[in-house]
Amino acid sequence: MSSTTVATGTDAPRQPSGTAGRRSGAGFLAGPVGRNLGLVVALAVLCIVGTATAPDRFLAVDNVLTILRLAAVIGVVSIGMTFVIIGGGIDLSVGAIVALSSVWATTLATQAMAADVHWIVMVVTALLVGAGCGLVNGIVIAYGKLVAFIATLAMLAAARGLAEIIANRRTQIVQDRDFLAFFSGDVLGVPTLVVIFALVAVAGWVLLNRTTFGRRTFAVGGNAEAARLAGIRVQRHTMWLYVLSGVTCGIAAVMLMARTTTGSSTHGTLYELDAIAAVVIGGTLLIGGRGTIVGTVLGVLIFTTLGNVFTLNNLSSSAQAVARGVIIVVAVLLQMRLATGSFSLGRLGRGSGTGGLPAPAGAAGTVSGGATPGGPGGPAPGATTDRP
Amino acid sequence: MAVSPPPRAGVPPLLEVHGVVKSFPGVRALDGVDLDVRAGEVHCLLGQNGAGKSTLIKVLAGAHQPDAGRISWRGEPVRLSDPQAAMSLGIATIYQELDLVAGLTVADNVFLGREHARLGLTRPSSANRAAARLLERLGHADIRPTAEVGSLPAAAQQMVSIARALSQDAKLIIMDEPSAVLDSEEVERLFAVIRDLTAHDVAVVYISHRLEEIREVGDRITVLKDGRTVATGLPARETPTREVITLMTGRDIEYVFPERREHPDPDAAPLLEVEGLGLRGSFADVSFTVRPGEVVGLAGLVGSGRSEILESVYGARRPTSGTVRVGGRRLRPGDVAAAVSAGVGLAPEERKSQGLLLGESISRNISLSSLARFARAGFLSRAAEAEAARQQVTALEVRPADVDREVRTLSGGNQQKVVLARWLLRDCRVLLLDEPTRGVDVGARSEMYALIRGLADRGVAVVVVSSEIPEVLGLADRVLVIGDGRVLAEEPAGALDEHRVLDLVMEDAAAHGGPMHTRDDEHAQREGDVA
Repeated sequence: MSSTTVATGTDAPRQPSGTAGRRSGAGFLAGPVGRNLGLVVALAVLCIVGTATAPDRFLAVDNVLTILRLAAVIGVVSIGMTFVIIGGGIDLSVGAIVALSSVWATTLATQAMAADVHWIVMVVTALLVGAGCGLVNGIVIAYGKLVAFIATLAMLAAARGLAEIIANRRTQIVQDRDFLAFFSGDVLGVPTLVVIFALVAVAGWVLLNRTTFGRRTFAVGGNAEAARLAGIRVQRHTMWLYVLSGVTCGIAAVMLMARTTTGSSTHGTLYELDAIAAVVIGGTLLIGGRGTIVGTVLGVLIFTTLGNVFTLNNLSSSAQAVARGVIIVVAVLLQMRLATGSFSLGRLGRGSGTGGLPAPAGAAGTVSGGATPGGPGGPAPGATTDRP
Repeated sequence: MAVSPPPRAGVPPLLEVHGVVKSFPGVRALDGVDLDVRAGEVHCLLGQNGAGKSTLIKVLAGAHQPDAGRISWRGEPVRLSDPQAAMSLGIATIYQELDLVAGLTVADNVFLGREHARLGLTRPSSANRAAARLLERLGHADIRPTAEVGSLPAAAQQMVSIARALSQDAKLIIMDEPSAVLDSEEVERLFAVIRDLTAHDVAVVYISHRLEEIREVGDRITVLKDGRTVATGLPARETPTREVITLMTGRDIEYVFPERREHPDPDAAPLLEVEGLGLRGSFADVSFTVRPGEVVGLAGLVGSGRSEILESVYGARRPTSGTVRVGGRRLRPGDVAAAVSAGVGLAPEERKSQGLLLGESISRNISLSSLARFARAGFLSRAAEAEAARQQVTALEVRPADVDREVRTLSGGNQQKVVLARWLLRDCRVLLLDEPTRGVDVGARSEMYALIRGLADRGVAVVVVSSEIPEVLGLADRVLVIGDGRVLAEEPAGALDEHRVLDLVMEDAAAHGGPMHTRDDEHAQREGDVA
């Protein structure tokens, strides 16, 4: 055998032949706007169904406000969750933190202090408790290097347990009339709770899209190693993400206290699932690095509207739960389809062997036609593609 | 096997690969690979990191589909459309990261996917007996078929992989750096297994960087470089080491290196001072200085510790001894953010996984380390950010010059420019470049060299690590030759040539039993490293 030396190539700077400008300008429907457009359409369809099945009641101003008021509390939690998930994490403890914050802010001691000073004491207490829980989550995850799922699962159990201990399993009534008056009021006809949700959503949008914090969140979630080597303090940033989530839980706790006039260790049960579902159908990738606040808000509205339509039509909450499950699966399947184009290449090494579909195995020539009628022979050798 | 099996007249080679091409967005990983493997031979595949070995293996294993080229099995053209297709022909692959299920037993792993079962019920005793027979044939009767794989040492796990290949009646076994995790005694036993396999007419494609192993066990050598076969069918024992290494490192065209400045101001105070730096298990007592405008190169084989040195200077690894000073100020060890704010930048070895946010735009990748500059009270001015990115894109001639474009779609060279632009935007004073032309098209390399030189001429202190010795020699003013985690020599680049560097490395290797790394405890930290 002789050694053959291959002559040089003529590689001019090659234009990659792959997908050109997936996100740049042209593809309106493929971009974030397009994905949210799908959610808007889904919401519109729900509204049409609602109007058709309950024409007099669905569009009533009161009903719309009810939907928004219900959406407000879980919506605020979902905003915080959006940050955590974009940053590559998950927070299962949000519901428990809401409960603990509401209980702590309504203890006799806190209420007594609030009576002496101002009801703002209760608000501050709820926010501090939320932030504190988030800080614990953040430290354990970022510096203790515990998997977020486990750390926040532990917080879920511990925070609700602590709430039960503090409340002694009793529901604590909010005594302060000014507090209730303030939060159950409205601003130009819009309930205060809805206004708070709007403010949190806008603040979240600005924080995510217009600040260094938001940009670093995308970087940390998209490629933590690259972010670290670019000089971003990834651990510290991760910690702050959980604190942020905790603060939104504190805000949600205040809103729940106002809506129910109580603090209770049963508040916020299963909020983690509602929030994650809203974030995920809103187009945020669970693996991090990509997501939008607008999508999350739409996701929350879709779920709340769905519940409302079912209630107006006297359908059971069980049927509603089924519909919810279907929506989540469909939305995530769609999301994966959108994402494969951009994500499967990230790990060339792993190959694309995960798609377990029984592809027509073509050990050349051994497979004839396959199921496709009229397709003479298999794909030409050499013209194969990498993806199933 | 002392003698390579001669090509039998009329008998086609077991496996023949011709002109295989495989591109990924932005990089052409294989660009015309030829290889022929005969039954019963040990065919060694050599090449540096990024030469295309891993991609070739994946093509042969059916995990990647080639864009062009021909693969024949016993003279018949075949298409390896998926791993099952390759396996059913008799091609088994033993990957570097062993693909075993740690929680299952040895026997379960050996027969994974082809379980011994009747009526859907597994028959553990039959599987265990069969696994025991296979392991015995491999001379490893000491491995219990009922042991949990995760509890076994690496060498034993490898044997389980080989047993699995045998159970599939493999005719060709591809071993990707099997010796990387083994000690010398285990390597000897592996060789005994390989000899036994080849005696039974099984062919082995053996990948390793340890030339002495290849001499011991190999029959023929194929060398890959930049995704092409540069030599095939070399006799493993007779080919001189220098020829092999020159084939791996040498290039077919002369790169144009920019003119080096005669005197990068010898009186200037050093900008980067590294003193007594060490990282346990990797390198020790490394000292050097870099003045503004100077390019210092670290030359050495893979595993010599070059990359680890760079990463420790940057704080991406925490050195166990020594100090790093930038502009006279000591850096906090193991703190990347501190290094960055002191004006140090790193273009990492694995650009895609360590350097870039592939799904983000050029603009966002460039601004990543300078976000604070575009922010007031935390609020970003995106106009200023995009404008600054645009300036860098123009200055470095990133193509296409569209700052909103996803970095993923750029070629390797342009991706590297984006990484450099990030640090230029930050006005960095010390630039650490790890394999700056890895995955960069041959034609774009000269441009990269000119760029690096231009940075130095603007007063940046540059440290370059490269597997390509001529690249280090052509680019650097001063070169440190690294071998086995120590500085073997420090000389002006003009005083060295490729052979001198190789001699230094080889002498050292001979004295220390192999030009190999000592990374036992941080196994495969970098995927696909060690080339």
